Amino acid sequence: MEKGKGLARKWAVEFAENTSSSSSYSGVPDPLGFNRSSQDLDDANGGRQKKDAEAAWKSQKAWEVAQAPLKNLLMMGFMMWMAGSTVHLFSIGITFSALWQPISALQGVGKVFEPYKDSRVDILAPKLLFIALNLAGLALGVWKLNTLGLLPTHASDWVSSLAPAQEVEFSGGGLPIH
Amino acid sequence: MAMAVRVCLGFLIVLLYSNFSTALYEDQVGLADWHQKYIGKVKQAVFPTQKSGRRRVVVSTEENVIASLDLRRGDIFWRHVLGKDDHVDQIDIALGKYFITLSSEGSILRAWNLPDGQMMWESAFYVSTPSKSLLYVPANINLGKENWFLVFSGGWLHAVSSIDGEIVWKKEFAIDSLEIKQVFQPPESDIIYAVGFVGSSQFSVCELSSKSGEVLKHNTASFPGGFCGEASLVSSDMLVALDATRSALIAISFQSGIINFHQTYISDLVQDFSGMAALLPVKFTGIFAMKTVSSIYLVRVKGVSELEVLEKFNHPASVSDALTLSEEQQAFGIVQHVETKIDFRVKLDKDLRNGVLKETIEMDPQRGHVQKVFISNYVRTDKSHGFRALIVMEDHSLSLVQQGVVVWSREDGLASIIDSTTSELPVEKEGVSVAEVEHNLFEWLKGHALKLKGTLLLASPDEIAAIQAMRLKNSERNKMTRDHNGFRKLIIVLTRAGKLLALHTGDGRIIWSLFFPSLHRSEACEHPSALNIYQWQVPHHHAMHENPSVLVVGRCGPSHDALGFFSVVDSYTGKERNSLKLAHSIIQVIPLPLTDSTEQRLHLIIDANLQAHLYPRTRDSVNIFLREMSNIYRHSIEVGKDMIRGYSLQSGCNLDVADEYCFNTKELWSIVFPSESEKIATTATRKINEVVHTQAKVIADQDVMYKYVSRNILFVATVAPKAAGEIGSVTPEEAWLVAYLIDAVTGRILHRVTHHGAQGPIHAVVSENWVVYHYFNLRAHRYEMSVIEIYDRSRADNKDVWKLVLGKHNLTSPVSSYSRPDVMVKSQSYFFTHSVKAMAVTATAKGITSKQLLIGTIGDQVLALDKRFLDPRRNVTLTQSEKEEGIIPLTDSLPIIPQAYVTHALQVEGLRGIVTIPARLESTTLVFSYGVDIFFTRIAPSRTYDSLTEDFSYALLLITIVALVAAIFATWILSEKKELREKWR
Repeated sequence: MEKGKGLARKWAVEFAENTSSSSSYSGVPDPLGFNRSSQDLDDANGGRQKKDAEAAWKSQKAWEVAQAPLKNLLMMGFMMWMAGSTVHLFSIGITFSALWQPISALQGVGKVFEPYKDSRVDILAPKLLFIALNLAGLALGVWKLNTLGLLPTHASDWVSSLAPAQEVEFSGGGLPIH
Repeated sequence: MAMAVRVCLGFLIVLLYSNFSTALYEDQVGLADWHQKYIGKVKQAVFPTQKSGRRRVVVSTEENVIASLDLRRGDIFWRHVLGKDDHVDQIDIALGKYFITLSSEGSILRAWNLPDGQMMWESAFYVSTPSKSLLYVPANINLGKENWFLVFSGGWLHAVSSIDGEIVWKKEFAIDSLEIKQVFQPPESDIIYAVGFVGSSQFSVCELSSKSGEVLKHNTASFPGGFCGEASLVSSDMLVALDATRSALIAISFQSGIINFHQTYISDLVQDFSGMAALLPVKFTGIFAMKTVSSIYLVRVKGVSELEVLEKFNHPASVSDALTLSEEQQAFGIVQHVETKIDFRVKLDKDLRNGVLKETIEMDPQRGHVQKVFISNYVRTDKSHGFRALIVMEDHSLSLVQQGVVVWSREDGLASIIDSTTSELPVEKEGVSVAEVEHNLFEWLKGHALKLKGTLLLASPDEIAAIQAMRLKNSERNKMTRDHNGFRKLIIVLTRAGKLLALHTGDGRIIWSLFFPSLHRSEACEHPSALNIYQWQVPHHHAMHENPSVLVVGRCGPSHDALGFFSVVDSYTGKERNSLKLAHSIIQVIPLPLTDSTEQRLHLIIDANLQAHLYPRTRDSVNIFLREMSNIYRHSIEVGKDMIRGYSLQSGCNLDVADEYCFNTKELWSIVFPSESEKIATTATRKINEVVHTQAKVIADQDVMYKYVSRNILFVATVAPKAAGEIGSVTPEEAWLVAYLIDAVTGRILHRVTHHGAQGPIHAVVSENWVVYHYFNLRAHRYEMSVIEIYDRSRADNKDVWKLVLGKHNLTSPVSSYSRPDVMVKSQSYFFTHSVKAMAVTATAKGITSKQLLIGTIGDQVLALDKRFLDPRRNVTLTQSEKEEGIIPLTDSLPIIPQAYVTHALQVEGLRGIVTIPARLESTTLVFSYGVDIFFTRIAPSRTYDSLTEDFSYALLLITIVALVAAIFATWILSEKKELREKWR
């Protein structure tokens, strides 16, 4: 955005004394048909247009970035389908990468959208989309984890190492010693 | 956590699928196991006199073993363990090369080849009436021609050919109700004399033809005083018998068919005689031995009316049989105790005043009194006779004494172990010297270098042998300190003789021994016998300065109401720490799940009047006990009455003297089995020290079942009274087996199942929430094993994950048997090929490792069978999730995998018991099995998943790491150099 700023003229000092002739800088008359002021105006007009284009480009880019996880999601889905539902090295690797990618993406969500920040560009919507898609990716990962049976969602996961209950009574004896 | 467990489980299942059994490689034999061979208490011994057999002795023992032992070292040359009921009655040596045994009450005669123990022939006799059996092997046997052995058993006299065991002739005496006492054949004669008693007052002499068994002469004479049945032959025409009151001796001469009696009162012969006398079965010519309460007398018979006491030996003493040195010279040995030593004398029958030999031998006081002595002679270099004696001691040990020293002794009491327990070893002390470490370090490096060579297949055969030797005598195994894995322990065993021995699990050597009868014998307690051992004190947290100790309970006599004694023995030193004569009898000992402040376990002893006595007798223990008394119950199984009774305990006893350690029992419930249809055959309970890891069992589809885990489960199996006998004695319709699971607190029958057409013998084992039992199926003509698993249905609705996550469940709150939990049972039966001698289940420190059943097979081996094969949920078609769970598809019979024999190539002869002890390493169980032999090993039912194997090469690992680090450095330096070169270019 620095480039845009350089183009706009904020102020000007006229060192020439003959203020009457505003058409010339150094006593040399401007060529005919040359209207400095209109050019100046044009210049300013062109800057504004450029800025608009840029903003549009930025917001487009932001949307693109925001939609990027969708492709990832589809690919992940395919990989997961390929990996099957039994626990082995490949499926565990895929599942963990499927979990890790959205999490790391969500952590760096500010950084990803920083280049597109602009007063005139609304990046909240793409951000939200980005987050939503990543969350969907995470959900896919979790779902995969669940299909692998690695999520403690069953009662059995919570009681599998529960020690036996203590008994109140004790009865000893048996056969007499002979 | 659960995730990790699940992942681990997944891997474990994969692992388990690939290895059903944990077999050994050939070079691993003897690394963790040891095997010791014994023979038991020697009954009879004969010394072969032929050249080849000179250095041996053949013996028969009370464990029905016949064996040939090396006289120099006491090793076993060969050994045969006969059947359980095949007791050896008589042994002898014939023709110098055959060893003859008469067994099973005289009904089986066998001949064995002396050098290698091969059986030559066997012949069986019909026995109509049980009687004492006799074996007569003629002394003047000729090698060339056929000779006959004479066997009297069950009313028949048989002549048996020495060549093939054919019965040449037989003669029945049972018709005349003549019981033969002696059979003999005078040398160079064709007449066989058989002498015996008819009824209690008639004496009878038969002369038979040795060719045909025809009776040539039969004389009978009656004696009014009557006979008690004992008789001793003193010469070829004279016999000495005891009268019916056992207070008079009757000399009987039967020369040329005329029978003369002459009675001599023992009190006339010896002073201060009282009580009863007995004749010792020793064979001398002209002399007999008589035993009274206090002494042994040797009496010479000069004529029918002339008896003369030659010598008197005070008890404890023992007299050997006569040993023929030459035609007219006989020798015999006497062993007597002189304070702590024993006195061994050999005398010749011609010259009794002066002995040939007199030796005093130092004998271990832990061996008790002399029980039997057998002597043999050898010719010294100066042509004089030397003697050696085989001495059987009270603790069943066997020693050879020669030239005043004990040459060897065998601890044969270990053939009759009746109970066992374990003890930890002391903790290793700090401060090992530096020199030792350095030496060890060098050895360690050398050893590892050798092992590495072996791993890389670079070792020569010599080096391989060295590696194997090094592994076998690994000093780590035999240290007297506790190890990290808990493999080194002491196994404390009690033998039938009453000896307590501590064996080291590393190599099975005896650390200490303690003989109870000699320790507790007194006026009031004449025949002390030890009954059982219990853990008395196992310091864990408190009282760490104290050594662990075991409790031995015993009785002063054979009857149930004999007074008891009580002894606490230090497990480290084997010294008796405390002993107590009890004022009451012992019919039951109940170790309670309570310990006092010094970690002594509380024990209740039930006496014959059904009163409970609390031990240790301290204030502290009484206070602890009173707090818990309302929750302590007692049950007793009365096999004869087919009843089970449950009792509660109450303070106060109806004794004359007030005793605060005595409690009354009150009957609460009883289960009476209908005596016409059921008879208690077997009972089983869970081991008191068994650890269960979890109460939940996760089944397919992440479903969960709650185990009914109770230490009060009692398994009782009853059979039809008709079918209590041997297999095949009844038809399948008449036989049935009923299995009960009973709560021993309330007497509630949790489950009952009837197997029709099933018969005992039943062996059962209870663990966690299941019971496995083995029996015979008469319909299928096969052995069967059944499993019953019991689950708690009242807990089954604990399925809400959130409640479980937040801990809002009552699964861990204490349960009472009176809450009558609703139970559910799953069961299944499988065929099993073998009959079973003993059954046990593995036990681990935390109870996480899967279980294996240890089955003592008929071949005296121990077979490990995975509990998964005995899963009631096995099915023909399994769903995917059930397959994942590791359920094995249903088959009708249980597989026997040859590699699953824990005893690999060895046999534990006469197997009677299997004991499992958890090691500190969770994956590993120590297994101790005993019978006539003892065997120890350690097994890992799910392989050693928690440790590296012993032969893991640390050196290889170290070298690999070093090489990797070096390679990293080298490549780094190289790459740096290359980069520099690139930059200069």
